[in-house]
Amino acid sequence: MTTTMVGLRGVGKTFKGRNADTTALTAIDLAIEEGEFVSLLGPSGCGKSTLLRIIGDLTPPTSGEVTVNGKSPEQARRDRDYGMVFQQATLLDWRKVVKNIALPLEVMNLPPAERERRAREMLDLVELGEFGEHYPWQLSGGMQQRVAIARALALQPSLLLMDEPFGALDEMTRERMQMELMRIWQRTHTTVVFVTHSIPEAVFLSTRVVVMSPRPGTVAGIVDVDLPQPREFETREHPRFFVKLNEVRETLRGAGVD
Amino acid sequence: MTSLRKWGPPTLVFLAVLAAWEIWVRVAGIQGFLLPPPSEVITTLRQEWNVVWAAGFFTLREALGGLIGGSVLGVLAAFAASRWVVIREGVMPFYVAMGAAPIVALAPITNQWFGITNPVSKMTVVAVMVFFPVMINMTRGLGDVGSDKLDLMKSMAASEAGTLRKVRMPNALPYLFSALKVAVVLSLIGAIVAEYFGGSRDALGVYISQQAGLTRMAEAWSGIVVATALGAALQLLIVLAERLLIPWHPSLRG
Repeated sequence: MTTTMVGLRGVGKTFKGRNADTTALTAIDLAIEEGEFVSLLGPSGCGKSTLLRIIGDLTPPTSGEVTVNGKSPEQARRDRDYGMVFQQATLLDWRKVVKNIALPLEVMNLPPAERERRAREMLDLVELGEFGEHYPWQLSGGMQQRVAIARALALQPSLLLMDEPFGALDEMTRERMQMELMRIWQRTHTTVVFVTHSIPEAVFLSTRVVVMSPRPGTVAGIVDVDLPQPREFETREHPRFFVKLNEVRETLRGAGVD
Repeated sequence: MTSLRKWGPPTLVFLAVLAAWEIWVRVAGIQGFLLPPPSEVITTLRQEWNVVWAAGFFTLREALGGLIGGSVLGVLAAFAASRWVVIREGVMPFYVAMGAAPIVALAPITNQWFGITNPVSKMTVVAVMVFFPVMINMTRGLGDVGSDKLDLMKSMAASEAGTLRKVRMPNALPYLFSALKVAVVLSLIGAIVAEYFGGSRDALGVYISQQAGLTRMAEAWSGIVVATALGAALQLLIVLAERLLIPWHPSLRG
């Protein structure tokens, strides 16, 4: 039995412009179950990031209804149900790595000893144990993003929201980070909503890929990725992997993306 | 080796300029009341040391008083501006315009207000001079945080005060330091120039202008040497504080 982590019903978003309004999203219906790894995939400007921000209560929807963990997004945010990872690692330059990871724990007013313990634990989870006393700028881009993931997971959120987190990394680092994320996901069983415009990335990581159409963004189709778990290096060579890649491509084409 | 490489060239240039000055004055036979040779300035400085040093210290106190007062007010005003849009948008353009005004021109007025020999008259000029760059830079530092960082804090349901303390204030420190580097220079300029309009007999600006008026140029120049040394010392203090407080800043990364 599963429970719904994210429920979207008729969600739309229109940005007011000086000359004309822009409809970014329209009539989005989607339910994400607990423990799922769902990717929002679509071309640039399809509103996938906006949708993620709506789920995370960073942008209000213009219409429709959003529930997270059975609550309003605002309540979920106040209850600290979210972990967020952005395209840029967004680490605080003036804090050492371990202190960056401890930031949400400080915001929550946990006692210092507890903060330190949990931050170290997260540091080990992302396999950066010996880099705790480094400053962010002393780490590579991939390592910085791992710190950002550790920080997002420090609060043990019920929902991890990731906005093109590997978009700024080179291809090789990117594939390594995908493996890393799968390993972490296997251990934490956090529900993940992951925004990307890379088809292989979406297929490799997700249990379901939500394919979105160009503006105004809407759900063009959903591809169930029934590849064996845990995902590992060989998954990318699995015959079903290519079948799923094509299925996603076809759905995108059907939505009017060439 | 590295410190020799770093400090060697400027030291050599400095000594060369002094030597050229000395030789030029002696060879061209320039009169002492126009430009004294450096050797004479050094001799005079040693003879007059007690007087000049006391004057320097007096003026330093005025400069520091104004610097601290103006900076504290500038920082407080920046907090207010970053907190309330009304101040930021309504008052800031006015501040920016005021920052361009030659504030030292206020000196005769503050002399009237507080009394010509009262150090407060000079401190006020300095404080007003320092206020604007500190206020403007600090406001920028509290504001230029990046929407990602603000989104991050919001996603953690951080309070406004928490965001201020953990993100805005550390972010503003480098901005504050670059303002303070300008401010220390302004503070000495402000104090000394304000003293040219009249002030206590113990003040450096008064000493310099009186000695120059009597064409005792070596004395005037030794006053300028002390003023320069004080400026350099203040600047050095700020740089040291900066290294201590923001070692993470790109300009200081080893």
